[in-house]
Amino acid sequence: MYAALWRALPGPVWLRLLIVLVLVAGILWALAYVVFPWAADVLLPQDVTVEE
Amino acid sequence: MPEQTRTRPRARRRLSVVGVLGELLITVGVLVLLFIGWYVWLNDVIVGSEQTQAATELQQEWAEQSRDERGGAGEPAEPPPPVYEGQSPDSAPVRSEPGGVNEAFATLIVPRFGTDYARTIAQGIDVRDVLNSRRTGVGHYPGTQMPGELGNFAIAAHRNANGAPFGRLVDLRVGDHVYVETADGWYEYTFRGLEYVLPNQVDVIAPVPRDAGADPAERILTMTTCNPLFSTDERAIAYSVMTAWYPREGGMPAELSELGQEEV
Repeated sequence: MYAALWRALPGPVWLRLLIVLVLVAGILWALAYVVFPWAADVLLPQDVTVEE
Repeated sequence: MPEQTRTRPRARRRLSVVGVLGELLITVGVLVLLFIGWYVWLNDVIVGSEQTQAATELQQEWAEQSRDERGGAGEPAEPPPPVYEGQSPDSAPVRSEPGGVNEAFATLIVPRFGTDYARTIAQGIDVRDVLNSRRTGVGHYPGTQMPGELGNFAIAAHRNANGAPFGRLVDLRVGDHVYVETADGWYEYTFRGLEYVLPNQVDVIAPVPRDAGADPAERILTMTTCNPLFSTDERAIAYSVMTAWYPREGGMPAELSELGQEEV
């Protein structure tokens, strides 16, 4: 799958590397700021208060 | 020669179900590891610094307000010499509870949690809007007393994740100072002890903790967070008692300025 994606990228190797780096950076950013906060809210316990 | 080297990749060009599935599984594994790393470390770094930044902005706003009120509009020509003397808690002003939910009205400064530790205290304990917020992180239990008031100023925050404002709550030692800063000045509380309770033990935030209905004679600060770490089975409770009041005109408490917390 990843090999096929790599072949689908245009341009010489340096350009493909650049594209991959940008894509990976974007994905990591989206994970850290959007996906993971949402997942933590949904999946993990949040209670720190005392209530009845 | 080049022909030969290129035949092998070409032959493998077709996608196989097992191959795709395997790569997807590896991806999921990497994502889970990334999530754990984010949860226990990166998230606290990102959110923690944003929360500290928000607290600093609020402190700057108060300092500017106070300078304006003293008439020093423009150049702060001759700032009054700092007094650095704590006054009796009896003289501390008490603001009424903020009407707006999620409204930031104070900051929390705890030298034990780090020399630059500062977080914003907002009204209410809503998980999403206050405790998980990148701007606040510490929430005031509605209906409990305000800083400087006889009774119990009760606040809650996360012990892990979302900036972990109370990540080191159980590191507090008897005698440590916990400062609550408002537009008026600094309320100095002194840490007295920890207690571990069940989540339904609501009398820890009563005006006299663990003695609901009693008349308060002291100014208590109660901090609640989850316990054990990464679990919500119990609550860790830290009690402090107010020991001094530093009006803003007199300058910030010496302990804080020595730590390098700037008076801005």
